[in-house]
Amino acid sequence: MADGSAKQGRNPRTVLLLRPTFEALEDVLAKRFHLLRAWESPLPLAEFLAAHATAIRALFIRGNGSVFVDAEILSSLPNLEIIVTNCVGLDLIDMAECAKRGVAVANAGNVLTEDVAEYAVGLLMDVLRRISSADRCIRAGLWPITGLFRLGSKIGGKRVGIVGLGHIGSEVAKRLDAFGCIISYYSRKQKPSFSYTFYPNARTLAAQNDVLIVCCALNSDTYHIIDKDVMDGLGKQGIIINVGRGALVDEKELVRRLMQGEIGGAGLDVFDNEPAVPRELFTMDKVVLSPHCAVYTQESFADLFQLIVDNLEAFFSNRPLVSKVTEV
Amino acid sequence: MESLGVLFTYPVDSYLEEELGRRCKLFRLWDSPPEKRKEFLRANSSQIRAVVGSAVVGADSDLIDSLPKLEIIASFSVGLDKVDLDKCRKKGIRVTNTPDVLTDDVADLAIGLAICTMRQICQSDRFVRSGAWLTKGGYRLTSKFSGKRVGIIGLGRIGLGIAKRAEAFNCTISYHSRTEKPNTNYKYYPNLINLATNSDVLFVACALTEDTYHIINRDVIDALGPKGVLVNIARGSHVDEPELVKALVEGRLGGAGLDVFENEPEVPEELIGLDNVVLLPHVGSGTVETRKEMANLVLANLEAHVQKKPLLTPVV
Repeated sequence: MADGSAKQGRNPRTVLLLRPTFEALEDVLAKRFHLLRAWESPLPLAEFLAAHATAIRALFIRGNGSVFVDAEILSSLPNLEIIVTNCVGLDLIDMAECAKRGVAVANAGNVLTEDVAEYAVGLLMDVLRRISSADRCIRAGLWPITGLFRLGSKIGGKRVGIVGLGHIGSEVAKRLDAFGCIISYYSRKQKPSFSYTFYPNARTLAAQNDVLIVCCALNSDTYHIIDKDVMDGLGKQGIIINVGRGALVDEKELVRRLMQGEIGGAGLDVFDNEPAVPRELFTMDKVVLSPHCAVYTQESFADLFQLIVDNLEAFFSNRPLVSKVTEV
Repeated sequence: MESLGVLFTYPVDSYLEEELGRRCKLFRLWDSPPEKRKEFLRANSSQIRAVVGSAVVGADSDLIDSLPKLEIIASFSVGLDKVDLDKCRKKGIRVTNTPDVLTDDVADLAIGLAICTMRQICQSDRFVRSGAWLTKGGYRLTSKFSGKRVGIIGLGRIGLGIAKRAEAFNCTISYHSRTEKPNTNYKYYPNLINLATNSDVLFVACALTEDTYHIINRDVIDALGPKGVLVNIARGSHVDEPELVKALVEGRLGGAGLDVFENEPEVPEELIGLDNVVLLPHVGSGTVETRKEMANLVLANLEAHVQKKPLLTPVV
């Protein structure tokens, strides 16, 4: 074949990449494995996959901006045995199809948990204590104007409802507990090992809380889990912090309420249509916005890259995966 | 309390001002321009028996001397560095402050500042609002707070509050203070340079006294280092500010979260353009809930004084 890939494809340590990923990660992977970069081929994806199918046992996919790994892609890779992703979230992989075909998935496990949890706490502190707002004012030279800064709201005693008490949710809860927040949660299953109050759905959770922190996975059950009814329950002073996925929240409804003063504030790391963020939010003082970077620390990336390498090494050596996803 | 003449030194809280106006005979120091201040005080000094000061404007030696009928200074703050305590002791003037009610808020903000500084939350927010996410791709990698080595200067109420919260982030806690504190498991460093050397995040949480003036000097800053972060929720004068600014600009210090400055409301110009600092206008106790509690405590102390009952939170 024109691109000589037939010879390359026989490398047993071949890892397919459908889209470019972090440069540093590609460098690390390229040193240890043979990378097949789909986007470098002049062939359309379907043909490219057909051409290399026999050689591909391992696929690495990134999060944001990735191709959705659906049944079609999976059918064109009959020898695929493992998908490794740098995300915790699995919304970019058809997990049911993978299970049917016996394709194992290894995600980021727990290496990103603390980074996301502390970021959620940081967003809440920023919203309640108006940190970004005040920092902006000072940088604009406005401090000398008395009466300019509105007082914030005390964190201790706030009722905080965690939506999704998984690894991230429980680490958020542990931190906010130390600030004197009153923690409750909604999760698919009740977690008896935690003493926090459990609510059977997001609506009843919202009705009993001042703050909702969205930490759950995005799937067909949780799409728009924070909807109009939930926002009604949360009330006019309520605050929403979202470090999950944009589609967990009815963004249009949230923006409308923020504009009309029907909700207290929001800290948002994720949006429906990243990197597009509703422009109406840009002039609001009661929101804090961040570019999907709750996982982005030097420390987490070092751990994450090591984990990805470890998973691939384990696979190619026929050893158990380090962070295999067992429960979806 | 209607006959109590109270001098309020600075319009630091509108609820307190309203209540003082309603319940006492209120004199507002800022009603007179600075050049006419002496006249203003002379004109009203026969009526002024109480001063309500704050972290912004307290009651220094000159002010106390100009108020011969002064009986009590009730400060709307926990820090009393702006009150001449020695003079008060000599003259038998009572002094109260607002401890405990603001401990949580200040400790909360200290941790909030640490996270916002290390994770560059304010800068990320600016990044999104400027539209840069659409054109420049993602934000840079920042520095994790959880699990880091936390050093605290001053293990009083606020210092302990900071420690408790940082522990929930799996941080290790060490501290420096005048004397070692019994009943803690935190590691004590009698030498501040050693604490700074062994900390990733250093919190200033002690009182401002002659001994702690510029306690954060060049040596401490260098020991904290290019990856270290300083968080100051105490007083601006704890820090040699020009040295701090130089270190941040030159990259010898990793970052700083500052709620206080040497000469508020002035903030060093060089800090305005930096990504690795968070700048706040002295809002450690700045919540609706806490300011109200502080104000009520000031009023309760004045009430107790007038009724010759024990003061609630006397320092002198």
